[in-house]
Amino acid sequence: MSRAGLVRGFDRARSSVDSGTGRGWPGGTEVAQHVLLVEDEPNIAEAIRFILTRDGWRVTHVADGLAALARVAETRPDLIILDHMLPGLSGLEVLAALRADPATAATKVLMLTARGQERDREAASLAGADGFMAKPFSNAEILAEVRAMVAR
Amino acid sequence: MPLSALTGTRLRERRLAAGLRQADVAATVGISASYLNLIEHNRRRVSGQMLDRLGAALGLERTAFSAGREAALLDDLRAAAAASEGAGAEVERLEEFVGRYPGWAVLVAGQHGRVMRLERALAALNDRVTHDPHLSHALHEVLSALSSVRSTAAILAETEDLEPDWRERFHRNLHQDSERMAGGAEALVAYLDAGSGAADEGFLAPQEEMESWLRSRDWQFGDEELRHGVAGEVAGLASSAARVLAAGHVARAALDARAMPRAAFVAAWQATGPDPLALAERLGVGVAAVMRRLAALAEAKLGLVVCDASGTLTFRKPSPGFQLPRFGAACPLWPLYAALGRPMQPIEAVVEMAGQTGARHRVIAYCETRHPAGLRGPELREASMLILPLAGREGAALRVGSTCRICPQADCPARREPSILTEAV
Repeated sequence: MSRAGLVRGFDRARSSVDSGTGRGWPGGTEVAQHVLLVEDEPNIAEAIRFILTRDGWRVTHVADGLAALARVAETRPDLIILDHMLPGLSGLEVLAALRADPATAATKVLMLTARGQERDREAASLAGADGFMAKPFSNAEILAEVRAMVAR
Repeated sequence: MPLSALTGTRLRERRLAAGLRQADVAATVGISASYLNLIEHNRRRVSGQMLDRLGAALGLERTAFSAGREAALLDDLRAAAAASEGAGAEVERLEEFVGRYPGWAVLVAGQHGRVMRLERALAALNDRVTHDPHLSHALHEVLSALSSVRSTAAILAETEDLEPDWRERFHRNLHQDSERMAGGAEALVAYLDAGSGAADEGFLAPQEEMESWLRSRDWQFGDEELRHGVAGEVAGLASSAARVLAAGHVARAALDARAMPRAAFVAAWQATGPDPLALAERLGVGVAAVMRRLAALAEAKLGLVVCDASGTLTFRKPSPGFQLPRFGAACPLWPLYAALGRPMQPIEAVVEMAGQTGARHRVIAYCETRHPAGLRGPELREASMLILPLAGREGAALRVGSTCRICPQADCPARREPSILTEAV
């Protein structure tokens, strides 16, 4: 995605940053699609949340695996962005738990892995991740991936 | 007792040694010469009864045919063939091969064993890179901070109408992450630097292990300590090779200390400065010994490298900004090597380390020769180079590196192999 496109995305939804809701939802839907962000690094989480919210997504953030599973059960997100390295339950364990539960088995999961850790990626792929994003990623990349995954 | 797969070979060797013809032996035991020929080439299994008859004809004990070392060798060779299936080794003729070329067979099996051991060592090292918690933690820190910096900086750069409170928040995050990234990078450098916790894991070369121990002592010993010895500490080193190296180092340091007691040496050093030739003259000792004594003086803060005639670094005490190679050969432009070719002639130079910092040092190199086996024995050379940090950057300097692999100087005439770095790094 071009920089201009990203800025347009921000413009379109900039009023939604604090409220967590916005206008002009991705894919032209009437209701903001819900992304659950599971990331223990607060500054990364803040940046991703900002980017997605500006693009019109409703973003919920939790910092560990157990909270993620609880929140998934309550809110049924359209997409989960799941960090691989989490305190307590690892990203892989969370993914396995999601896939084992028929209610969440089909929920789309975008895994965040560290660049160069191909084994992590392989393991996540086997565990049923739908997409991957290697850190450090660009804002445009993650936005494009989130849009593509939900549209699929 | 199981028969050796090489029974035929043994029979043939014995018959030839006895000067007997195949036809005659065959006739004695009542078989055809062609059948004996097949037996001798391990193409036919021989019954126990027939073996007794052949043994009696050739004067061989039954035990001579027992399977022993050959069985293990055959197993090793089968494993080697299985490991390299594409090579098309004639496994069906293995026994013949071992019989006809026993030396080569042992060599092939030995090489296969060595390849297996090296592969295991490589797998262990790979495993360490992947699973070492220290490395993994340091990398995770750097990558996490980098991810955050990248996203945050892009938001700041690309969002034209960013609200002031958000801008402030992202600026603060950026600052936090840059601090964290610096910490992570330092941890990585410390990890990759020689020693740093790796000593506990048994992956260090003996020299590294000894140097790691010396580093923990700040590279020095008190004169009193040297008089009594530090055998206890030396005994605590993990590998026997490191203990031998350390004991040698301590013995040499003790001789140096006896020839140049600390108080007198410090007084002389303060009078002359770090001039190893003047000090050697004044104290009546060798130049290399003075260099070692200087390097062992904490207050002098000097680095020292020593190499033998092959150029192999046998001692490495680093000086800040002058990077020493952890493995393999150093930069061929180091005056250390010029000195190696010109024994007894001191070489002094200002050198600049290629790379980001471009730190400068004054180095003094000197080579001594010895003939430990006397007049007709080989000449041994040992070159030493003192490394003195230099504050200024005025004047010309010789551009040197640590070792080619990590030296960014692209146009170096002495380059041995391509670098993994570029000058821009």
